[in-house]
Amino acid sequence: MLDLEHISKAFDGKQVLTDVSLSIPTGATCALIGSSGSGKTTLLRITLRLIGLDHGTVNVDGRPLSEFGPGAWADRIGYVPQDGGLFPHLTGEQNVTLVPRLRRWEPARIRARVAELQQLVALDSGVLQRFPHEMSGGQMQRVALMRAAMLDPAVMLLDEPMAALDPLIRSALQAELKTIFRRLGKTVLLVTHDLAEAAFLAECITLLHEGRVLQTGSYPELVLRPADPFVTAFIKAQRTLPDTAGPP
Amino acid sequence: MKLLGAIGIVCAVLLCAPAGAADRIVVGSKIFTEGYVLGELAAQTLEASHPPVPVVRKLGMGSTGILFESLHTGAIDVYPDYTGTLAAAILKQPQLRSVAEIRTALAKMGIVISQPLGFDNTYALAVPEAFAQQQHLRTIADLARLRHSLRAGFSYEFMDRQDGYPGLEERYHLGLDPAHVNRMEHALTYQAIAQGAVDVIDVYSTDANIRKFRLRLLTDNLNYFPSYQAVWVAGSGFVAQYPAQWRALRRWEGRISASTMQDLNAQVDIDRRSVAQVAAGLRGSSAPRQDLISQIGRRTLEHLWLVGVSLAFSILIGIPLGILAVRRRRLGHLILTFSAVTQTIPSLALLCFLIPVFGVGTRPALAALCLYSLLPVVLATFSGIRSIDPRHLENARAFGLTSGQILTRIILPLASPALLTGIRTATIISIGTATLAALVGAGGYGVPIVSGLSLNDVPTILTGAIPAALMAWAAHAAFNLLGRFVIPAGLQRTP
Repeated sequence: MLDLEHISKAFDGKQVLTDVSLSIPTGATCALIGSSGSGKTTLLRITLRLIGLDHGTVNVDGRPLSEFGPGAWADRIGYVPQDGGLFPHLTGEQNVTLVPRLRRWEPARIRARVAELQQLVALDSGVLQRFPHEMSGGQMQRVALMRAAMLDPAVMLLDEPMAALDPLIRSALQAELKTIFRRLGKTVLLVTHDLAEAAFLAECITLLHEGRVLQTGSYPELVLRPADPFVTAFIKAQRTLPDTAGPP
Repeated sequence: MKLLGAIGIVCAVLLCAPAGAADRIVVGSKIFTEGYVLGELAAQTLEASHPPVPVVRKLGMGSTGILFESLHTGAIDVYPDYTGTLAAAILKQPQLRSVAEIRTALAKMGIVISQPLGFDNTYALAVPEAFAQQQHLRTIADLARLRHSLRAGFSYEFMDRQDGYPGLEERYHLGLDPAHVNRMEHALTYQAIAQGAVDVIDVYSTDANIRKFRLRLLTDNLNYFPSYQAVWVAGSGFVAQYPAQWRALRRWEGRISASTMQDLNAQVDIDRRSVAQVAAGLRGSSAPRQDLISQIGRRTLEHLWLVGVSLAFSILIGIPLGILAVRRRRLGHLILTFSAVTQTIPSLALLCFLIPVFGVGTRPALAALCLYSLLPVVLATFSGIRSIDPRHLENARAFGLTSGQILTRIILPLASPALLTGIRTATIISIGTATLAALVGAGGYGVPIVSGLSLNDVPTILTGAIPAALMAWAAHAAFNLLGRFVIPAGLQRTP
């Protein structure tokens, strides 16, 4: 369970986030959506503890961020950066096992966890021995998911996971991601600017605009009962909604 | 990580290598023909003395200051110099004329000098031998008889120095016709007198050209020119430790006349014989066999030592400075400016600046080389780190890596191709610049290059220049190979 409560943040006197609250029940997948400049990246960075916050609290499973040391916090949050964010000088396997190795896990334990996750994300054997520049976009995403899940975090955080993929692979991977999320059983926060993706993958959507939450709800709720004229405008601006879009 | 490991191993190997300083005698010399000849003569004399002691030649070490400093610090044990130079440049008492006075003054500094070797290398006036016989010229005073017709060709330095022509005129009252006293480049005065354009020129009294152009030196009957008598200069420690060797050197006292020295210089400068052969000739023996291969081998070790140690230091200093420059903007600017400015200081000047701090020998050479190779290393570290996609660094932090882990696991591996390129550049610069280390007695390939340059001997230059070029080429190849081990495989996309 991830709770963001009344978060405010200003940079150089400019208010970037104002009283943002967001709650994701354990096992649920929620999407944080907004156009660029909406503050979603700042919120993501606060959640990752890369920057501090002015007001508010971030809690995982009821424990506030401030109770954790930096390493311990990172271990509770599985982060999948944009485009996977694999380190180019490490093989897939080295990327996946980097943090467990630094945490001095037993090699056998690492091997077992890698095998388990490889099956879960349906990654072909052999891909883990390649370097990122030898992988396809979909393979990089799977490896990045494995890396994020290695330490069995309470929350998975995905930043624009599909942005760099071409449309065909994208829709295939979207379907698969949904399965993977279900199998992992994690609380997932998906940061995206793509409403279709949010609607397809997430049970709830939080629309952020100019640093404030305009509305939180399911996709039909946003369409049928918009809390603000901007919600409607945002939905209309997304031109290519697939027919199947909507909650399952 | 691998890169740091590799550097660590290189440092360990280099610092374990022998730095020298065993039981041996080190002979120095100045960087002109006469210095080389006398230095070689001393070295051969010591080698032939009993009981036998290994002799190391550090010939061609630049100026009086460097040699004297070397003697002071024990970097060399003995070298030839001139009484006038010792009085003026070292004691700063040019009024001291007699050998006894100079010896007493030097003794207070722990320096011993021998009796004069027999010749005086000072300014002298020279006239063509035929002209001298025809006009019955023996002394400088005799020139006064020809004051209306005599044509002189004097070098600029001689004309301008107070102990040159102005003082000479004052002492001898020659009254030469100013219209017939020509200022000219020193090298041209020999041509001028050979072609009969002038009748008298200023020379150094042991100059090889005196014999070549068949000139007669006029006696300084009023004792005007300061005395530059050649003597052996040694540390008192050496004299106490090796009395037999010091006695062997002193057997040359009074045995080398000005004409002998002219002849020796001419054999080197004009007949193009090797310094070793010329010195051996004077000793009445054959030149010691010069084993070129083992000589080049020894210089290769010295050169590698200079390049390796200075490089190790510039890496150990340069990489942290580069990292610091990335993290602290203003300090970084200062660091980059400093390392760029050191690069613009001429190498010789830098060596001179460093002598008061580090003395002579390998230490100032290492410091200078280290400073020169700093810029490429700092710059490569700085730009290598700056070119890393900042998202990788942020991601690493998000994964909970500590800043130390980010440095060793992410930053250094990602910057390693740039780092290696910078270190490669530094190495090749060092291999070239290290040839100047010979000027402060640090050895290496510079020894034959410097002596060949000052003796105008191209084959000798090549015995240093060719190995240096080969070493640079080998370093280039070695770095290509090293890259395969140090640069992570994921970054080794073929260019």
